[in-house]
Amino acid sequence: MSAHTLAALHPGDTATIVSIHAEEALHLRLLALGLRNGKQIELIRKASFSGPLQVRVGTTDIMLRRAEASKIEVCKV
Amino acid sequence: MKRIALLGMPNTGKSTLFNRMTGGAARVGNWPGITVELLSGKILLGSDMVEIIDLPGIYDLHGFSDDEQVVRHFLHDNVPDLALVVVNTTQIERQMSLLLQLKQLNMNIVVLLNMSDEAKKFGITVDVEKMSELLEMPVFLVSAKYGNGYSEALHEVGNALRYPTPGMAEQLRSQLEEDEQLEDEMAKVLESTVQVPARLSDQLTEKLDSVMLHPWFGLPIFFAVMYMVFQGVFLFGQPFQEGIAGLLDWFRGAALEPMLSVLPQFLQGFLLDGVYNGVATVAAFVPIIVLFFLFIAIVEDSGYLSRAAFLMDALMSRLGLDGRGFVMLLMGFGCNVPAVMGTRVMRSRAMRLLTMLVIPLSLCTARLQVFIFFTAALFSAAAAPLVLFTLYLFSFVTAIITALIFKGRFKNDEPFVLELPPYRFPTFRQMALRGWLEVRHFLRRATKFIVIGVVMVWLLTNLPTTAVPSSADTWAGMLGSAFNPFFEPLGINEQLTIALLFGFIAKEIVIGALAVIYTLSGDALSGAIGQQLDWVQAYSFMLFTLLYTPCLATVATLQSESKQIRFTILSLVWSLGLAWVVSFTFYQGARALGY
Repeated sequence: MSAHTLAALHPGDTATIVSIHAEEALHLRLLALGLRNGKQIELIRKASFSGPLQVRVGTTDIMLRRAEASKIEVCKV
Repeated sequence: MKRIALLGMPNTGKSTLFNRMTGGAARVGNWPGITVELLSGKILLGSDMVEIIDLPGIYDLHGFSDDEQVVRHFLHDNVPDLALVVVNTTQIERQMSLLLQLKQLNMNIVVLLNMSDEAKKFGITVDVEKMSELLEMPVFLVSAKYGNGYSEALHEVGNALRYPTPGMAEQLRSQLEEDEQLEDEMAKVLESTVQVPARLSDQLTEKLDSVMLHPWFGLPIFFAVMYMVFQGVFLFGQPFQEGIAGLLDWFRGAALEPMLSVLPQFLQGFLLDGVYNGVATVAAFVPIIVLFFLFIAIVEDSGYLSRAAFLMDALMSRLGLDGRGFVMLLMGFGCNVPAVMGTRVMRSRAMRLLTMLVIPLSLCTARLQVFIFFTAALFSAAAAPLVLFTLYLFSFVTAIITALIFKGRFKNDEPFVLELPPYRFPTFRQMALRGWLEVRHFLRRATKFIVIGVVMVWLLTNLPTTAVPSSADTWAGMLGSAFNPFFEPLGINEQLTIALLFGFIAKEIVIGALAVIYTLSGDALSGAIGQQLDWVQAYSFMLFTLLYTPCLATVATLQSESKQIRFTILSLVWSLGLAWVVSFTFYQGARALGY
């Protein structure tokens, strides 16, 4: 049990979302895609050259940039 | 006429459903309250004609992305008689929120749980009757792709339309605060009606992704796919283009010329070389656009486009663009016109404009023809490929510089969070419809513009009637000498200046124009040009041709896609200015170094 941001996870890690520190537009988009506090999130892979992340929440696969992922605080399971 | 609005999140198959309903008989139109165009179609439902409007896919009715605002403004100013809400059944848990937001508006709603075929594969079962009861609105399981359940749903839509709309809540924004209550309601409906298997993962998608998005193989596969699409479009397109050109030529020789031979010489020239050539220019783009969108439909509908975005994002985000922009930029190397049209896959307007600003700098196949002619005339066979390669390099570098300079102006404030949908097989129907719709769009928007442009250049090069066409005595010739002070420092002479004027229409006709201007053709022309110019002048001319205003069709498309005359002018001025500065720097620099 330790706190990280989503950007710090490794591929294959599963974590629980603790809090989302994002501006309103991003926050709403994340909510609409199913990223909420308490939800389980799995990091599937990271793109090369500091590219985006692929994560899975429920049945949905989502890509987001590292900058955005670092605004999501998670707790590794 | 009653109005039906199609609503739903992105990737719900909303457009597929729209195409199925309208059978491709859709038109693009403007609506009060919004600045973007929407597709709509009129169909006969029961005994009444109704209009169906395809609204952009949104995640959140209360959100602030461009699309979300478009939908809100549309609903506000064009209250529909019925909202047809499309839900992706495989993601029903998180799509329910939009449906409930819409319900709160007190609209007349029919719900279509789409992709029932995929949901079945995943083992998701929905108790439609109970859901309908809880939501207090008609719910149908359908597959827009295969048409299952479609006719029953349509029948109910017809029924529901008979009742008047209960009315629209005015305070949209105040409802934003009610998210908590919404969540409770969501949970309640889902809990009692939907059963989702604990772990739902599409094995095949996962396996494909592990190859397609592989850290090492992902990019090479991406470039291979792009290469195949590129080759496919232009390999298949060329015979069609030649066929159409041959057909138009034949018609001109067999019918038009004999028919018009009674007219005075000048009028004949005006109609044949002006108007008819303009039409031929438009026709030449048709096969390329159809094929391009056929292939783009495959790339997009299969789910690969978002994978391409994933792979290229690391580079493109630094340029203020995203991975999808890169796909369009690459396609621009074939032909700028469909590439500019293709930017519609991007939802953020700022990013779309930035991509549209960059695409015209891609060295398209028409410009390549000019370069091949000039390199053959002035460079040895050994040097020619290297010269062409440097031109491609210039094309890439100027595109990157343009993006870097303008990324502050076209600031994209939309968060880059994209869904990666599972891989799907696009149906042929979807692809063909897409190609057909895009061509119609192009023809409607660009034809007038292109024909007028071609006619204008023809007039410039043929007036006054006393002058020899395209000679220095015509208006074009006078323009050429008037502009000469601008082109002299680039090493571009008067004849080439006139040819550049033609190149404004299309780069394909630059060589033809030179043939007229020099009254020579083929090897004799390249010999004369080889005699008259040295390689520094020729390379400077090629740089200018590469970078200055693309072709009339691209300009027309930039205007019809951006709908902003300011943007079109910015694009024109920027490319002209860039061409001048680059050619000037090259020419003067080379001369200063003693070449």
